[in-house]
Amino acid sequence: MSFKSLKTIKDKLGLTALLVFSGSALADVDPYVGNGATYDFPDPVTPLARTALNQHHESFWICVAIAVVVFGVMIYSLFAHRKSRGVTPATFHESTTVEVLWTIVPFVILAVMGASATKSLIEYEDTSGSEMTIKVTGKQWYWVYEYVDGKNTPLSKKGKVRFESHINADHKKASLNNLDVTKIKNYLVDVDKPLVIPIKTRIRFLLKSDDVIHSWWVPKFGVKKDSIPGYVNSTWAYVEKEGTYRGQCAELCGTYHAYMPIVVKAVSQAEYGKWYTAQKSGAGKVKIGTSKAALMKAGEKIYATKCAACHQAEGQGLGKTFPALKGNAMVNGPALEHITMVLKGKGAMPKFDDMSDAELAAVITYERNSWGNKASVVKPADVKKAR
Amino acid sequence: MNSETTHDDHHHGAPKGLTRWLFTTNHKDIGSLYLWFSFIMLLLGGTYAMGIRAELMQPGIQYFDPETFNMLTTMHGLIMVFGAIMPAFVGLANWLIPMMIGAPDMALPRMNNWSFWILPVAATMLLIASPAFGWTFYAPLSTEYSGGIAFFVFAVHLLGFSSIMGSINIIATILNMRAPGMTLMKMPLFVWTWLITAFLLIAVMPVLAGAVTMMLTDHYFGTAFFKAAGGGDPVLFQHVFWFFGHPEVYIMILPAFGIVSHIIPTFSRKKLFGYTSMVYATASIAFLSFIVWAHHMFTVGMPVAGELFFMYATMLIAVPTGVKVFNWVSTMWRGAMTFETPMLFSIAFVFLFTLGGFSGLMLAITTADFQYHDTYFVVAHFHYVLVTGSLFTIIAAAYYWLPKWTGNMYNEGLGKWHFWLSTISVNVTFFPMHFTGLAGMPRRYADYPLQFADFNFISSIGAFVFGLSQLLFLYIVIACIRSKKAEDKATDQVWEGAEGLEWEIPSPAPYHTFATPPEIK
Repeated sequence: MSFKSLKTIKDKLGLTALLVFSGSALADVDPYVGNGATYDFPDPVTPLARTALNQHHESFWICVAIAVVVFGVMIYSLFAHRKSRGVTPATFHESTTVEVLWTIVPFVILAVMGASATKSLIEYEDTSGSEMTIKVTGKQWYWVYEYVDGKNTPLSKKGKVRFESHINADHKKASLNNLDVTKIKNYLVDVDKPLVIPIKTRIRFLLKSDDVIHSWWVPKFGVKKDSIPGYVNSTWAYVEKEGTYRGQCAELCGTYHAYMPIVVKAVSQAEYGKWYTAQKSGAGKVKIGTSKAALMKAGEKIYATKCAACHQAEGQGLGKTFPALKGNAMVNGPALEHITMVLKGKGAMPKFDDMSDAELAAVITYERNSWGNKASVVKPADVKKAR
Repeated sequence: MNSETTHDDHHHGAPKGLTRWLFTTNHKDIGSLYLWFSFIMLLLGGTYAMGIRAELMQPGIQYFDPETFNMLTTMHGLIMVFGAIMPAFVGLANWLIPMMIGAPDMALPRMNNWSFWILPVAATMLLIASPAFGWTFYAPLSTEYSGGIAFFVFAVHLLGFSSIMGSINIIATILNMRAPGMTLMKMPLFVWTWLITAFLLIAVMPVLAGAVTMMLTDHYFGTAFFKAAGGGDPVLFQHVFWFFGHPEVYIMILPAFGIVSHIIPTFSRKKLFGYTSMVYATASIAFLSFIVWAHHMFTVGMPVAGELFFMYATMLIAVPTGVKVFNWVSTMWRGAMTFETPMLFSIAFVFLFTLGGFSGLMLAITTADFQYHDTYFVVAHFHYVLVTGSLFTIIAAAYYWLPKWTGNMYNEGLGKWHFWLSTISVNVTFFPMHFTGLAGMPRRYADYPLQFADFNFISSIGAFVFGLSQLLFLYIVIACIRSKKAEDKATDQVWEGAEGLEWEIPSPAPYHTFATPPEIK
């Protein structure tokens, strides 16, 4: 029986059991991979993921075979060799022949497993021959994507596209405030701006980190690699079909570890080319005006994605580490001090110098004029001066 | 020792009051202290686990904010490893090793007292610290992105002192105080496994101490061992930690192998099939445990040659471990088995530990490990080897030797209830975690996408039942200790098939045993 058909049977059996167990409330949710309860890796869309799945199946079935033999013998013994059946215990013990035999046989099985594992691992770690490179930077708690180069793709033109990818702020809010999350589509695995890549292209991902260790993982790609400060790690993917693929950070990176998902949109090469050109020309980038109203409007959005995690939605702060911005002396004081704090960071406060002057001006203005705060408006020029 | 003190030893019993426990140098008292301490820690660590499972029962954040949740997972791991499992094995070693080798006490009784009493202090400091950076405390999250870590570092240091002193004591006792005629290859397997475990402890606890010391100076004194910006290396931390951490997991399982090798022959009424190969297998596992550490960190980006080496070495561990399982099964084969509680827990151990071994072998396959790594598949794996592995054998050992320690039989009916409740609920808890892991749920997540909801719900139900079942164990042990009923009185041999020096002395074991060494044929 193939694994697939067995899986289908197990799916049905399992799902029925689950419904009995947990009620049907959660059964009709829209899962981010697979359909409801699954018993295997999600369907692979890259050669690497298929390799991982095959390796998983191979070792799994070898283990099952060993288990059938060993547990079979044991279970037979548990029934046949019990005192209540009036058996007299045998007295045999110590046999060098048997011991040698059950050392060598497992060794041979392992050698077989090791051979195919070696082949697949060498293929896995070979990141040569890539057609384009994307730099992925892990940060507490979002990802930054930068298109580094792209031989044989529209990327050969000058200029780089770089953007941040944050969790959908509504999802995080619903999670932290214990709202009803069961109806949210792609709950916790949705971002404000997904990574876009072309299909049928060998892409190298370079991974780095600006703070703690994160791990970039898209299960359907079979790719999981740590992003580590001081290191540049690399891995690769060749996505075979179009689709939206989701993943999550897989290395404990602090408080909001569960809130930095990964969403990758794999599109046709032509569509990718169009998207990339648009990104480069700045389309899709939100233009921020310099009026107070415009700054406030843009600042509110930025605050929600970048600042609210620590300083909270109403600027009320969280504990001693994350001071309240509402009524804060510095926020209500001279602008320069406030700008410097956001630009350069201090202690637990990270630096935000990778944001544009306009974005910084917007969010600082928003902080200075919300929740009862009354202070001066900060213009992009002020930020530029303070850099 | 002159004849006068020997004479005194024969007659005085246990002193009374609090000072008996505070100042005791008696291996049985210290053994009891260790066991009670570890049981309290088991309940405490279990309470943290209940918190984790309550939060994960439904998607969304219901009870604990993410930072508190991280603290719960961290403290659950630290307390179970350093507070429950390790001290429980040291407690069993204290009680049993002198009685098994015919020694009057441990070789270094005052140090024995000291190594125990450090523990409650260390545990208190750990509770004060309550860190939230994971029990593996990876840099730079622990060094640069956490608050005060001094209490945590010193707690780990103290735990290390305690373990090293305990290990030296065990080695000194085993090597110097065996009864005449008990050669190394006649030692009971529990003694053998502990001798090897003690060497592992002495080898790796200083490495852990080194890791936390570097962490301390990085945090407070401006060094940059693990700080990339200062020329240090965050991955170095992981290498140092797992050089400790992998032998550590064998420290928590080798004595368990010893215990099962006592219980299965007893209730099969048949000699252990391959004593010699069991000893060699234990030594091989101990050796291999030093050369597999980086399989915990396949995703950090090692050279492919390094990954291959650690994959092969890890797979090799399956060989001696397999030898052990085959030997236990062969011991049962054509025996005359009965199924008292210790045997039930031991049989469950052989099944479920082997299951954890299978997932361990799968995790060794590096290409697949990239998918398994840091998911609930790993969580399922190490709970199968640590809960149904280590903890189950500790419980089996408690039931097995309880009549010897207390002089009373425990309530067999309740023991069986405890067994079935624990075994069913532990599987309801951890088996679905294999599936949540394969589907892609990362570990240490306070909240998760909806597709993982069903299995998490089942795991939580199982966990609550498993946690509550252990209160039944507490009741059984207390009832056994306090029983005054004549029909509960244990015989000296206790179990029909039991063999070994500890079964030749009276039940309960007198306060002082083997003041005159027995003769071993």
